[in-house]
Amino acid sequence: MTLGISEAQTPEGGLPADHLVETTEAKQIEGRSLGQIAWARLKKDKIAVASAIVILLIIGVAIFAPLIVKINGFPPDQFNKLDADGNPLLNTRDGGIPIGGLWGSGTSSEHWLGVEPQNGRDVFSRLVYGTRVSLLVALGGTIIAIVLGTVIGMVSGYVRGWVDTLLSRLMDIMLSFPTLLFVMALTPVIASRGQDLFGIPDDNKLRLGVLMFVLGFFGWAYLARIVRGQVLSLREREFVEAARSLGAGPVYVIFRQILPNLVPTLLVYTTLLIPSYITAEAALSFLGVGIKEPTSSWGRMIADASAWIESNPLYLFFPGTALFITVLAFNLLGDSVRDALDPRAGRS
Amino acid sequence: MTESVTTTTTAGNGIGRPFLELKDLQVHFPTDDGLVKAVNGLSFTLERGKTLGIVGESGSGKSVSSLAIMGLQKGTRARVSGEIWLDGAELVSMSVPEIRRLRGRQVAMIFQDPLSAMHPFYRIGDQLVEAYLVHNDAPKSVAKKRAIDLLDRVGIPSPSKRFDDYPHQFSGGMRQRAMIAMALMCDPQLLIADEPTTALDVTVQAQILDLMMDLQKEFNSAIVIITHDLGVVAQMAQDVVVMYGGRVVESGPVRDIFYRPEMPYTWGLLGSIPRVNRGGDHRLKSIRGTPPSLINLPNGCPFQPRCDYQQHVEGHSCVAEVPELLQIGTGGHRVRCHIESERRKRLFAEQIKPNL
Amino acid sequence: MARYLVRRLLQTVLILWVISAITFFLFWVTPANPALLICGKNCNTETIAQVNATYGFDDPLVVQYGTYMKGLVNPTGRMIGTEGSERNCPWPCFGESYQNGIPVWDSIADSFPATFWLATGAAVLWLFFGVLLGLLAALRKGKWLDKLSVGIALFGVSFPTIVFGYLLLFTFIVKLGWLPFPDTANAALLDVGPAKWLQFYILPWITLALVYAALYTRLTRANMIDTMNEDYIRTARAKGLDERTVVFKHGLRSALTPIVTIFGLDLGGLLGGAVITEQIFSITGLGKFSIDSVLSNDLPAIMGVVLFAAIFVVVANIVVDVLYAFIDPRVRLS
Repeated sequence: MTLGISEAQTPEGGLPADHLVETTEAKQIEGRSLGQIAWARLKKDKIAVASAIVILLIIGVAIFAPLIVKINGFPPDQFNKLDADGNPLLNTRDGGIPIGGLWGSGTSSEHWLGVEPQNGRDVFSRLVYGTRVSLLVALGGTIIAIVLGTVIGMVSGYVRGWVDTLLSRLMDIMLSFPTLLFVMALTPVIASRGQDLFGIPDDNKLRLGVLMFVLGFFGWAYLARIVRGQVLSLREREFVEAARSLGAGPVYVIFRQILPNLVPTLLVYTTLLIPSYITAEAALSFLGVGIKEPTSSWGRMIADASAWIESNPLYLFFPGTALFITVLAFNLLGDSVRDALDPRAGRS
Repeated sequence: MTESVTTTTTAGNGIGRPFLELKDLQVHFPTDDGLVKAVNGLSFTLERGKTLGIVGESGSGKSVSSLAIMGLQKGTRARVSGEIWLDGAELVSMSVPEIRRLRGRQVAMIFQDPLSAMHPFYRIGDQLVEAYLVHNDAPKSVAKKRAIDLLDRVGIPSPSKRFDDYPHQFSGGMRQRAMIAMALMCDPQLLIADEPTTALDVTVQAQILDLMMDLQKEFNSAIVIITHDLGVVAQMAQDVVVMYGGRVVESGPVRDIFYRPEMPYTWGLLGSIPRVNRGGDHRLKSIRGTPPSLINLPNGCPFQPRCDYQQHVEGHSCVAEVPELLQIGTGGHRVRCHIESERRKRLFAEQIKPNL
Repeated sequence: MARYLVRRLLQTVLILWVISAITFFLFWVTPANPALLICGKNCNTETIAQVNATYGFDDPLVVQYGTYMKGLVNPTGRMIGTEGSERNCPWPCFGESYQNGIPVWDSIADSFPATFWLATGAAVLWLFFGVLLGLLAALRKGKWLDKLSVGIALFGVSFPTIVFGYLLLFTFIVKLGWLPFPDTANAALLDVGPAKWLQFYILPWITLALVYAALYTRLTRANMIDTMNEDYIRTARAKGLDERTVVFKHGLRSALTPIVTIFGLDLGGLLGGAVITEQIFSITGLGKFSIDSVLSNDLPAIMGVVLFAAIFVVVANIVVDVLYAFIDPRVRLS
C-alpha cells in the first residue's frame, strides 16, 4: 500500500492578518500560461527584438514599394539609357557595362545601387520590388502548408481507421517525391495549364500563385506527420475523454481541445518554413522556373548577375545581401521564438 | 551551527568516527530566478549494517543531498559546503578524480526509475560488467561471471540468458533488481537508494525491500533510503531524518518518529497515511498548503505557513526565528520546533494520536 | 527481417509506379506540343504529323503511358520509331530526349558520376564538421566556443546557396585566382588527376556542405545537450566512469542516432542532383541535366530524372529505417 502525502489545494486560510503581512515578504510567483511565459521571454530577448524590427522594416518596404520607388524616381521596368545630365549610363561598346560607380556597378546619387548592365534598369527599385515577391510567396506557401498539414494531420490522427491509413500512405508518397525536382518541373507546367484551362494569362500573378501552391503542396506532408503523431497521443488524454463524456462532438474536441495544444508545434514549424520558402523562391527564380521577367525577384537578379560577376560583382551582391539579411532575420527570430516556447527554463 | 543526529546502537568502526557522517551540508544552486537553497544544514551519522531513512516531500532537498554524497554536483554550478565524512575521508573537499574512485566502489547509488537510469542501447550484462571493470583490473570473463552471479543473487531467473538482454526487455521489478545488482558489483560499503520503489507495483515493492534487507545483512552495508513513503521507512530503517525546506525538522530512532513524533509536519505526514482498518467515511487529513519555494524560504520556521499549531507559541517566534534542532530525552530524538516539548507531547496524545 | 525487406521492396515498386503515373500524366498533359520540340525549326503540318505518328502522340494518354512503362518493365526495352525505322531502346528505357534524340538513360548515366562525387564529397565534409562543431558546442555549453558555434551555425543556415556559391567563386576564382574557372567539361578523376580534380570540386563541396553542416551542428548540439541530461548519464557518472567515457560511449552514442537517419535521407535526396550547386559551378551532373530538361520541356528526360531521383529517395528511406533498427535495440521493424 503506497502511503503518501497529499498536497492540499487550499491556500493559506485562517491565518491572522498580521501574520500574512509578515510572511508575504516573499515574491508572489503566480502560475503563468505557456503563452504568457513565452511572450515575456521574447520581449526580453534583445536579438529577437532586433530581428523583429528588421523584419518589420522589410515588410514595410514590401508594402510601400510603389511609394519608395516613386521617391527614388525610377520604375523597376524602365530602361534608363541616360543619366540626369544626358550622359550615357552604359558602355555600349563594352557589352553594356555600366559606366562609373562603385566597382563598375553604376552607383551614383541618382541610382543609389547602380543600374543593370545592358538594359539600365535601376537596381534599387528592382530590389525593392523583389521584396514583395519573396515575402508573398513565402507567406502564401507557408499558410498553405500549415493549413493543409494541420487539417490532414488532425483528421488522420483523430479519426484513425482506414481514413488514417489512407492519409498516412499519402503522406509517405508525398515525402518520397524528389521535392526540388518536382517543384522545378511542375511550376511551368501548371502555369501553362492554368492558362489553357482557365484562360488566365501566364504572367507573374499566376506564377506567384502557382509558386505558393506548389511550395505549400510539397511542404504539408512533413507537418502532417508530426501533427498526426501529436493528435494520436493527445486524443488519449483525460481532458479529451472528459469533454467527450460531456457530450462534445468530434469537431468541438478537435478545434477547441486538441488544436490549442498544437499551437506551439505549428508556431515552430512556421518559423522554420518562412525563411526556407524565401530561399526556395529565390532558388527557383534563379534556376528560371520561378518568377519570370520582367517582374524582379532577387533570385532572378542573382542569376542574371552571375554572368557579370567579373566586371560588375555588386550587381550580384546587392540582391544577395538582401536575401541573406532577410533569411537571417527570420531565422534569428525563429530561433528566439523556439527558445521562448521551450518549457525547459534552464539557461546557460 | 552543527546539529547532528546519531544513530542509536553504535556498531562503530572503533576509531571513534562513524562510518558516514554529514556535518552541516549545504547545497545551493544559483539560477536566473535566484539562489535555490536546496539543502540547508543537513547532518546525520550512519554506521555499517544500519539503514537511515530520509523522508520528505518533493523539493525538500533529500535527493540533492544524496547526489552531494556521491560528489555528482562537483563541476556544476552547485555550491556545496559543509563536511561529508565517509570512512575517514572528507568528500566535499575532494577533487573530482578522487571522488570518482569512490563512486561505484565504496558508495553506490540506486536510482528511482530503472528504465531511464540504464542506457537503452547497451545490454544489461555489459552495463554491469562496465561497472566492475572501472574499478577492478580484471579480465572480462571474471567480470561477466560476477555479473551473472549477482543477477542470480538479486533474484533474476536465467541470469546467463538475461545477461544479453536490453533494459527494455525486462519488467519493472526485474529492472530494479538488475540496477541493484549493478550497484553491488564492486561490493560498496554504502548504498544510497533514491526512491527505489516509487516506480514499481506495490507487490514488487515489498520484494525489492526484502531483497535490499537481505543483501544488507549479507554484505554489512550501510543503506541510506530516500523516500516520501513512510511505509518503506517503517519497514527498513532504524533511524529516520525528516526533511522540510532543506532542513532537518525531526530525526531519531524509527520508533520515536512513529510513536512519539513531536513536530507538526511529522504529525501531518502520519495523519495523511490511509488506514485500512478505519471506517469508509473517514476523511484523509492532508497538510494544507504547498511546499515552500527554495528560493524564497521564510525567515522563521520553514513549516510555519502550513502549521496549524502556531497558536501554541507565544509571540512571533514561528515567523521570525528558525527553531533550533534540540534533543529530546536521551535516545537521539531531535526536533526543530518552537512549541514547548511538554505541550507537544500533550497535543500529540490528545489531538493527533486518536485519529491515527 | 527478410520479410520486412521484401515488404518494403514491394512498397517501393508501388511508390515508384505511383510516382511515374503522376509524373507522366501531369507532364504529358501540357499543351506544349511535343512534336514542335522535336522537329525544331523546319516544322510544317507534314513533319508534325510524321513526328506524331513516330512517337505515338496521337494515341490516347493511357496507351502512351503503357508504351513508356513497357520500356521500363520489359527486360529487353522497347522499340521506338515507326515501322521500318525502328530502333531498340534497351532496358532501362526512359525514352529518347526530344532535344537531341539521345536515349535518356545514357544521359543520366553520363551525368551521374559528377553528381555522385559532388554529393558524397560534400556529405563527408558536412558530417565531419557539423558533428564536430555541434559536439564541441554542447560540451562547452555557455562558454565562448558554444556561442561562436551557434553563431556560425545560424549564419550558415541563413546563407542561401545561390549567394554563398557565387561569393566563393568570386573570391577564390575571380579575385584571388587561387583556383581555376570551372571547366565546362566534366572533370573525371582518371582523366585529369587528383590535384586538378580536387581543385575542381573543392569550392562546390564547400558550397553544398555549408547549409547542411550548419544544420547538423545545431542538431548535434541540441541532441547532445538533451542526451547529457538523461538519467543514464548520471548513472554512468555514479558508477565512477571518467568523463571521456561518459561523453563518448554513453552520450554521443545516443545523440548521434537520429543524425544517422537524417544523414541517409539528406544524401539520398542529393544523389538525385544538387541542382543549384551544379548550376553555379557549371558541373555537368544530374542536377544540370534536370534543369535543362525542365526548361526545354523535354518530357522523357524529365520523366527519367524524376524516377531516377525517386529511387534514391525511397531506397534511402528503407536503408535508414533498417539502420535505425540496428542502432536502437528498442525499435522493432514492424
